[in-house]
Amino acid sequence: MSRSRVPAIVTVAVLAFFWIPVVLLIVNSFNTARFSGSWEGFTLDWYRRLFGAREIWLALRNTMIIAAAATLTSTILGTTAALALHRFHGSRVQRTHYLLVYTPLIIPEILMGMSLLLFFVAIGLQLGLFTIFLAHVTFCLSYVAMVVLGRLQDFDWSVIEAAQDLGASWRQTAAKVLLPMLAPGIASGALLAFTLSIDDFVISFFVAGPGSTTLPIRIYSMIKHGSPPLINALSTLLLVVTFTTVWLSQRLLEDRS
Amino acid sequence: MTGGKARREWAVTLPSFAWLVALFVIPSLIVLAIAFRPATPSGGIGAGWTLETLRSLGNPNYPAILWRTVWLAVATTAVCLALGVPTSYALARAPKRWRNLLLLLVIVPFWTSFLVRIFAWRTLLHPEGPLKRALVAVGLAAPDSQLLYNSGAILLVLVYTELPFAILPLYAAAEKFDFRLIEAARDLGASSWRAFRSVFLPGIGRGIVTATLVTLIPALGSYVVPDLVGGPSSEMIGNKIAQRTFTDRNLPHAAALSALLALAVLAPTLIALAANRRKESP
Amino acid sequence: MAEFLEFDSVSKHFGSVRAVDGVTLAIRRGEFFSLLGPSGCGKTTLLRMLAGFERPDTGRVLLDGRDITDLPPNKRQVNTIFQNYALFPHLTVRDNIAFGLRIAGRTGKEIDSEVDKMLALIQMEDQGTKKPDQISGGQKQRVAIARALINRPQVLLLDEPLAALDLKLRQRMLIELDLIHDEVGITFLYVTHDQGEAMSLSDRIAVMNRGKVEQLGTPTEIYEAPRSSFVAAFIGDTNFFEGTVAEAVDAEHSRLRIDGFPDVLVFNDKQLRTGDLVYLSVRPEKIGISREPPADNRLRNAVHAHVDEAVYLGSHTRFWVRVQDYRISVTQQHNRYLLDEKPIRWDEDVYIHWHADDGFLLERYSESDENLMTIPGIDGAPAERTR
Repeated sequence: MSRSRVPAIVTVAVLAFFWIPVVLLIVNSFNTARFSGSWEGFTLDWYRRLFGAREIWLALRNTMIIAAAATLTSTILGTTAALALHRFHGSRVQRTHYLLVYTPLIIPEILMGMSLLLFFVAIGLQLGLFTIFLAHVTFCLSYVAMVVLGRLQDFDWSVIEAAQDLGASWRQTAAKVLLPMLAPGIASGALLAFTLSIDDFVISFFVAGPGSTTLPIRIYSMIKHGSPPLINALSTLLLVVTFTTVWLSQRLLEDRS
Repeated sequence: MTGGKARREWAVTLPSFAWLVALFVIPSLIVLAIAFRPATPSGGIGAGWTLETLRSLGNPNYPAILWRTVWLAVATTAVCLALGVPTSYALARAPKRWRNLLLLLVIVPFWTSFLVRIFAWRTLLHPEGPLKRALVAVGLAAPDSQLLYNSGAILLVLVYTELPFAILPLYAAAEKFDFRLIEAARDLGASSWRAFRSVFLPGIGRGIVTATLVTLIPALGSYVVPDLVGGPSSEMIGNKIAQRTFTDRNLPHAAALSALLALAVLAPTLIALAANRRKESP
Repeated sequence: MAEFLEFDSVSKHFGSVRAVDGVTLAIRRGEFFSLLGPSGCGKTTLLRMLAGFERPDTGRVLLDGRDITDLPPNKRQVNTIFQNYALFPHLTVRDNIAFGLRIAGRTGKEIDSEVDKMLALIQMEDQGTKKPDQISGGQKQRVAIARALINRPQVLLLDEPLAALDLKLRQRMLIELDLIHDEVGITFLYVTHDQGEAMSLSDRIAVMNRGKVEQLGTPTEIYEAPRSSFVAAFIGDTNFFEGTVAEAVDAEHSRLRIDGFPDVLVFNDKQLRTGDLVYLSVRPEKIGISREPPADNRLRNAVHAHVDEAVYLGSHTRFWVRVQDYRISVTQQHNRYLLDEKPIRWDEDVYIHWHADDGFLLERYSESDENLMTIPGIDGAPAERTR
């Protein structure tokens, strides 16, 4: 009985489809040609120009500040949300709570960006880094909550009973048993939040003000009016950095266990 | 005892609940409210209420845009499912050693910025770009044909950006699927295709529903893709909303359009919820 | 006089289901006491009420004279061995065992020496630094026991601790639990659905069904003198006959008329009168089987039967014989060298016989019976038997 080859073929095609533009990007970052239609020679010029581009580094700084703050805040809020949803599952409060947490995940970004923009305009809050921060926490919260909730559902609650059985109060149980066991899940959620924050464009675009450019917003304006090869170099750099970070964190996790 | 428990519940629930009410529920309601207010020429929101904004939704261009948005989103979803289901099947069946590597290969391209990926396609599809030159050389395209700035380009790039989001839930469902059921079906005489259609597809039903939602809704609201690779004749609702907000500075109008988009998104969501609930209760 | 551990008219319901229905039990200090019954009978709920994870709707729980009904679980001098052990996965074996002492605030040196002693008790001295995912099921169970015992609780609760182990391991752990109980001397409250475990380990057993205690007694009392059909059927095997009490033949025996079966004599200490409907329970090992009729003894019931099935199991043979409408199970122990004899085989005609005193009269048993009544006259230990 032979198994159909179709799934495998489709998978290979899909993987090629995914990688071709990326490879093109990396290759072109070393391409002398200004317009990357054909290969005209190897150069590191674009990288050199990239390092001199002040506005890009400024944007990167803004992105990092927002990402750090948003990750911290959304991780805390997302974890408490998940704990509430799991622990008090089924109550009327939690059913509303779940709807509140789940819905941001399924609405288009433009709607969220639009509504936040109108909200800030309505209450007279000046658009800037702070409004971007508020926006990021709002959607990252849901992602963190879902990740942690997933871990909680696989959680063996008899361990909590065991801790109480052995004399631990609620606070001691939370500190010595619950949180340590939940730590990997919380870390996953935080990593997800960080990734989403760094890469967010649409929502940030809607709620950003003058002088509060994030890296994606900078990239967008570069695409619309700027120098394509610099973008190639920038994205290759980003890819390398992301890859290294994830690889490092994987190694760290392995070393621990 | 119940008082204490309720207090504890609220203590844990309040932080996220309050934040989401303040920064999600209220803004959503404000969008609805502003749709009924007039615009000021300077780009702000005027006082008083008016139905003028709603009436301006009767713009003759809008039905075409709405229709294009819907069919592009549906087409994107269809293609993503058509590609995603076999891929998830292959991934779930792959031996453990390979699986992590393959998953990595799927995920890594998406560690580049989302904008950059779209930009890469813009380069690829450019009239003087490599893909066009290759196609012309092989004779599949005329020298003056446009690969870029049209609906086709939008569809292609939408599929490109949405496909991994479709693959993930499909893979999650396929991983939980018991493949011995397929063997049982083959044992009872079913062909490969029949087993796939009647056993595998229903088996990952929930994954398919999730993948559909996760692809369709962002596609409906997509803005960057049509903005960067679409042309003036292939606008989607997202473009219009952004145009009204930033170019025309007509916030109430943009709000009205957003409300319309929200309605368009609500329909498939409710259908999906109903479908999932029916699956849960036997 | 108050016992060491008491449940006083304890009830608990979940929604419309009465998990525990007015249970009163007294357990002695140092006893190995089992709660035995099918799933859903309430034994686990009762255990959890003692541990503090469930609160009774009515009634009290008393430990050593103290009413602990409202005490939270972390304040009770009671420790639990959970069914899946519930070891802390992020802590080593040593840290797991030391957990209770650390919570109690003992010093590092004290803790270390106590942990060492415990590791010696469970024979895992060199496994102290391992994590739970690195040790076997049996070892996990021993760590769970050590983790509980180190706190010197007044009662140790065991919730089906052997359920997750394979047969060989279960048999070994049975012996070890027994040894530990003897060594440590504290009260064990053991919950199980396995009668073999309960019978081999316990000083006394409470057989439970549908939230109530059907019978409380030593293993021998429960097996030999079941007070209801449920207990008779749940523990070991038995044959049930449905009949009507006929005339008395002497002070202690009556004739029993059974439909589809010859009349038999039964031991009637329950003051049953002519016309009462009863079930007669006779265990398979109490019934003899032979080709010739037994020596005549007026109290011995002998009946003609036909062998439907014979299953040879080495040390004994199980027969299923047919007598008119009844299919009866008989166990024959092979006390002599079998190859010297001609063993009874399938399709033979035989006699089955038992002494009237070896049968037991019980009320009707049915799955749908809401109120199982016991025969009037029973109020405590079964009546003395005389032959």
